[in-house]
Amino acid sequence: MNELLDPLLLARWQFGLTTVYHFLFVPITIGMATTVAIFQTAWVRTDKVVYLQLTKFFGTLFLINFAMGVVTGIVQEFQFGMNWSEYSRFVGDVFGAPLALEGLLAFFLEATFIGLWIFGWDKLPRGLHLATIWATAVGTVLSAYFIIAANAFMQNPVGFELNDEAGRAELVSIGEVLSNPVALAAFPHTIAGSFMVTAGLIIAAAAWHLKRRQFADAMRPALKFGLWLMVGSMAATFFFGDQLSLAMTATQPMKMAAAEALYDTACGADASFSLFSIGTPDGSEEIWSLRVPYLLALLSTHTLDGCVEGINDLNAEYVELWGPGDYTPIIWITYWSFRWMIGLGIAHTLVAIVGLWLTRGDRLPKQKWVWNVAIWSFPLSLLAMSVGWVFTEMGRQPWIVFSLLPTESAVSPNVTGLEVLISLIAFTVVYGVLAVVEVGLIIRAIRKGPPEIGEPDPESGVVKPTTTVY
Amino acid sequence: MDLATLWFWIVAALFVGYFVLDGFDFGVGMSLPFLSKDDTDRRVLINTIGPVWDLNETWVIVAGAALFAAFPEWYATLFSGFYLALLLILLALIVRGVSFEYRHQRPEVEWKARFDWMIIIGSAVPALLWGVAFANIVQGVPLDEGHNYTGTLLDLLNPYALLGGLTTLLLFFTHGVVFVSLKTDGEIRERARKLAVRSGLITIVVAASFLVWTGFAFGTAWFWGFAAVAALCLIGSWLMNARGAEGWSFGLMAVTIGTAVLALFSALFPDVMPASNDPANSLTIANASSSDYTLTIMSWTALIFLPLVLAYQGWTYWIFRKRLTREHIPAAAH
Ligand code: HDD
Ligand code: HEM
Ligand code: HEM
Repeated sequence: MNELLDPLLLARWQFGLTTVYHFLFVPITIGMATTVAIFQTAWVRTDKVVYLQLTKFFGTLFLINFAMGVVTGIVQEFQFGMNWSEYSRFVGDVFGAPLALEGLLAFFLEATFIGLWIFGWDKLPRGLHLATIWATAVGTVLSAYFIIAANAFMQNPVGFELNDEAGRAELVSIGEVLSNPVALAAFPHTIAGSFMVTAGLIIAAAAWHLKRRQFADAMRPALKFGLWLMVGSMAATFFFGDQLSLAMTATQPMKMAAAEALYDTACGADASFSLFSIGTPDGSEEIWSLRVPYLLALLSTHTLDGCVEGINDLNAEYVELWGPGDYTPIIWITYWSFRWMIGLGIAHTLVAIVGLWLTRGDRLPKQKWVWNVAIWSFPLSLLAMSVGWVFTEMGRQPWIVFSLLPTESAVSPNVTGLEVLISLIAFTVVYGVLAVVEVGLIIRAIRKGPPEIGEPDPESGVVKPTTTVY
Repeated sequence: MDLATLWFWIVAALFVGYFVLDGFDFGVGMSLPFLSKDDTDRRVLINTIGPVWDLNETWVIVAGAALFAAFPEWYATLFSGFYLALLLILLALIVRGVSFEYRHQRPEVEWKARFDWMIIIGSAVPALLWGVAFANIVQGVPLDEGHNYTGTLLDLLNPYALLGGLTTLLLFFTHGVVFVSLKTDGEIRERARKLAVRSGLITIVVAASFLVWTGFAFGTAWFWGFAAVAALCLIGSWLMNARGAEGWSFGLMAVTIGTAVLALFSALFPDVMPASNDPANSLTIANASSSDYTLTIMSWTALIFLPLVLAYQGWTYWIFRKRLTREHIPAAAH
């Protein structure tokens, strides 16, 4: 019973659950805000009704999703204090600043201009109304930057000094915190990944209709847009993922070793990357694997003869630094999450490239299975995103702030296991129900297709869109 | 004034912003069953806050983040200490937030009714619990040397704090109803004005008792000053409403809520969270704040960006200044 009510374990489950959940909506918000802005710009520029239809169609999906992102985000912010009060005391001086900047610069911007966009169609001049969706899009990207800078401090603490008397880390350079090399790579990687997820949603929605040969006027351009977005953002994701690997190996070598389940230091050709591996159930030993020589050395050092330190050697080093203990994360999680992230990404690129080939000119494939594959683009890219984060966050263990604060010392000492259990159950139930409602609404909105748009105004020749109201 | 003290008042200002703005959202949400006869009425009510509820709610996110950055100890103690109360607030804000967006997505009556209830409950719970939380902060709670809260949820539900909760509940309710009378026309406006006259009277009695209790137990000179302004404005707001001057009534109500929050912060000063068991364990502005460097950075950002935020939010309110009526609500497009 005591084991069940361990506040640390429950708090970790709760953080993982609620954050992964929050991050199902965030990438769509980031990518969709920009997508809608692009379609609306196209409409304002060309007056073509189809672009207005696409703006409204994806706008609806965006709003259904946005509501969830907002309400789950509040939980994130409160949770640091509720479950991780020792962590908050320890890092607040450093970590709080980017969060406050995020609120002041990004969340206010988003929350205000989204209201203007939803309700302002017939109250603002066209150009100004267009500016409101762009402001929202800028807000979403800004907010991602600040939160990732905060997260990067946990991966690679910089710009601080330890104040032993106060028992906390104190900020000495906000510039260093905001230009943390890990953040500079993780931010574009995450944004590019968000666009992949969004591209997945666009492709899936378009494929659903094109499979049934309906709304082709609007859905064909949407499909093309989605396919190109997928290819482009995957290239960026790949590029910055590679940068991130370098930064990570430099700052958290243990995470790279754990990603590869590399127990002993290896150099050059021996530093191979396993594409697939069958290991003992606990992942501690390998039975068989398919390996690409040199690839790991290349990924982590950008040289062919570079060395990659192994888990055992690193642990020995860490024991000397910080005293006896086990400084390895759970290997099978890091190993597989890293592979799923990359593997799904590559699979998506292939799907998008083949898709572009199949739809070249004005071809539309007839085979149903082609469209079904396309529809899977969406859930699987979302999965890639989530496992990427699971890798990052689980690979940081046993530290909450790498090399400074172990996770077990960060949990609120006065919050009982029962309290955390209650909140964990409450969030699971509410989030579960809302997930069903939200997925239902998204599917419904997709099925309904792009809305009918009224006749253009006889004088100006421009369609006057009406405002949606609640 | 040192930077930490400045930030004490900036945090106060952010909570003033939050309660004044989200306060009327809560009120409009709670007033659904009292002011509506049919679905169109309810849609009018919800649309009065449609464009702004999210920006209003964001004030609490920014206030929370500012607390984290400027007073990490306070943030940690408060949020871990008031665990279950905050959990309830979070759950309420979650269901309320999605309801605004999801209610109109389907035409079925049961679908809408379910979300109406979520809006009503999701508005009432935070309106009550924020008052309970703030009253407890002012009153003090048991803290150990590590500044950890040692009480339970039940300790938070003492008579004084419950009176505080009732006060915010009623203040926000009346604030929201006055807002409806300012933002609508026709029958709803009339209904709202009459309701505000009645609920205003109860609010005056309850709020006055809470302020007097606070004053005698924890009052400082500054507290009495702010409390007096709050009381006068509350009565003024009621009189203006009775005479049909809705704009004045709403403005005075906003000042009431703002000065009431400032009164509570004055009663707290220079503590941020007094320990009721042993004053030595109290969290003060001095022992809860961040380093000077962090506060300097934060001050510059606030100085530059808060005015900007106020400007574009003010502009938003200006864009949506027109009164709404049933005629503005298009027949459901579903
Ligand atoms: C659509 C999703 C997606 C795809 C296809 C990829 N990633 Fe990724 N990856 C993420 C989405 C993501 C993420 C958004 O989930 C993470 C978590 C933390 C972060 O910054 O981005 C991440 C983290 C992450 C990390 C961990 C950083 C750290 O812990 O410090 C590395 C090393 C990579 N990625 C590398 C790659 C490489 C080499 C890829 C090659 C294709 C790749 N990722 C594809
Ligand atoms: C970018 C801002 C983020 C911050 C500041 C952050 C912070 C934290 C903190 C404080 C914990 C709890 C302590 C711990 O277990 O180490 C944690 C754990 C976790 N986070 Fe994050 N996180 C962020 C983003 C994410 C995202 C986007 C995801 C997933 C989509 C994620 C997934 C997880 C998981 C799965 C855990 C549990 C790990 C474990 O306990 O073993 N995080 N994170
Ligand atoms: C990499 C991780 C994260 C990114 C990129 C991110 C980004 C975003 C974005 C773009 C939004 C806008 C609304 C939406 O999602 O639909 C949002 C909402 C929010 N997020 Fe996250 N978030 C992350 C993780 C977290 C974490 C760990 C926190 C905790 C501090 C957090 C706090 C919030 C809050 C408070 C909101 C609501 C803001 C509003 O009202 O618009 N987020 N987040």
